[in-house]
Amino acid sequence: MQRIFPSPEATRAAACALARAAAPGGLVVALIGPLGAGKTVFAKGLAEGLGIDPGLVASPTFVIASEYSAPDGRRLTHVDLYRIESAAELEAAGFLDWLEPGVLVAVEWADRFPEAMPADRLEVRLSRPDAAEDPARRTLHAMALGATAEAALAGWSARLAAAAG
Amino acid sequence: MSDPDLVLGIESSCDEMAAAVVRRGREIVASVVHGQAEVHRPYGGVVPELASRDHVRAVSRVVGAALERAGLESEALDAVAVTAGPGLVGSLLVGLSFGKALAYRLGIPVVGVHHVAGHLASAELADDALRAPYVGLVVSGAHTALYRVREAAPPLLLGETRDDAVGEAFDKVARLLRLPYPGGPSVSAAALRGDPRAVAFPRPLAGEPGLEFSFSGLKTAVAIEVERRAGGRPLPAAAVADLAASFEAAAVDVLVARARRALAGARPARLAVVGGVAANRRLRERMQAAAREDAFEVVFPPPDLCTDNAAMIAAAGFALLVRGERHGMSLNSFSRIPIGATLGASPALE
Repeated sequence: MQRIFPSPEATRAAACALARAAAPGGLVVALIGPLGAGKTVFAKGLAEGLGIDPGLVASPTFVIASEYSAPDGRRLTHVDLYRIESAAELEAAGFLDWLEPGVLVAVEWADRFPEAMPADRLEVRLSRPDAAEDPARRTLHAMALGATAEAALAGWSARLAAAAG
Repeated sequence: MSDPDLVLGIESSCDEMAAAVVRRGREIVASVVHGQAEVHRPYGGVVPELASRDHVRAVSRVVGAALERAGLESEALDAVAVTAGPGLVGSLLVGLSFGKALAYRLGIPVVGVHHVAGHLASAELADDALRAPYVGLVVSGAHTALYRVREAAPPLLLGETRDDAVGEAFDKVARLLRLPYPGGPSVSAAALRGDPRAVAFPRPLAGEPGLEFSFSGLKTAVAIEVERRAGGRPLPAAAVADLAASFEAAAVDVLVARARRALAGARPARLAVVGGVAANRRLRERMQAAAREDAFEVVFPPPDLCTDNAAMIAAAGFALLVRGERHGMSLNSFSRIPIGATLGASPALE
């Protein structure tokens, strides 16, 4: 799936729709893109979709992982692999503990350790095409790997189509 | 019990493992930081190893070194204060578990400390005359926030970053400019040779009401400017210097403007700037100039108290102990926790 978003608000609204489309069984979203592509903005949208205050969600670069819970118990774990240098470090940081069933897990810089990602995951690539001309515009490419991700992508795509109306 | 005299502080919320002994919350008897920046420079300018495993190896050595430097046996300690969050849970747990075990063995109280409350306490360690209330600006790799530091109550959050911390922005800009780790000092060093007016980077949220911060858009603006000028090739040193200087000027302007707004009407008009970025020279100069203009007092701790350390944790822990707080063996660590949150208490185990 490919989409173009004219603003951070549009990126965030799309992420919000993804969180609503994701099954309660949980989903791993691999967020890939350069500095400033909107990965943290996307994670804020995921939080909003789960009913978590997006104002609480800030960059987890320094803490590596931040965990959030919605009033109804739904959970978001926001991970950032930017500072991780090796697979051993990733494991030591507790990466496997974060991949719990029932949790929406957003992993920024997932492409740093593709081999460590679970086989079933939704890859979301964000980029800034021609950023000099239109600094707010972002392009999103989403690809499902595995059955859970397939279902989430189908539901997400339908919601985005309905919203575009 | 009476107020504790000697408090052992332990800090392991992120990359550093640190231990310190502080007397009466004000006098540093010994402070040891096992830092990792030097070790990681060879990785090509980025990343401190965040290894909880490294902390496991370091914790007893670092606590032992702090006691040895203080010339004390552990039996001389009156209480243990340990960082409970926010931070990387795996790293936090190492210091927390060690601190609880030591307190249990010695039969002394243990308190969990909020890492940012520790940073705020560093100002009082640096300036013995400083007493609440004052405004605290916390600027580090993980935090950017303004607090009202109160007497006999937890600090009150006035506003914080919506996205990136300012120190994180410095680190990411360093990587964009291919400057070495750690990013803060290397961006500032490059900026000294550059023109802060070379590029008019945005001052995010400038003019908007409130006391929040945002640095993500500034970081992105730098990324776009680097791409535009370099097209994937390394930039000439003069361009790196200009971009570093222009970025630093924008980041510092935002911090100074927000602090001024927080101080408007604050009585007494006092500001403490704490956290790793408080060591930044331009920030110090600009804030001191603003202080003269607006007639407020400003305190900057020395650089070794700005970066993560355990003396600040012992000092903040002392304040909790004096208020009668005791956290038992159920004390846990948290990746995110509000500054005034009640930490687990189980007095039966003390």
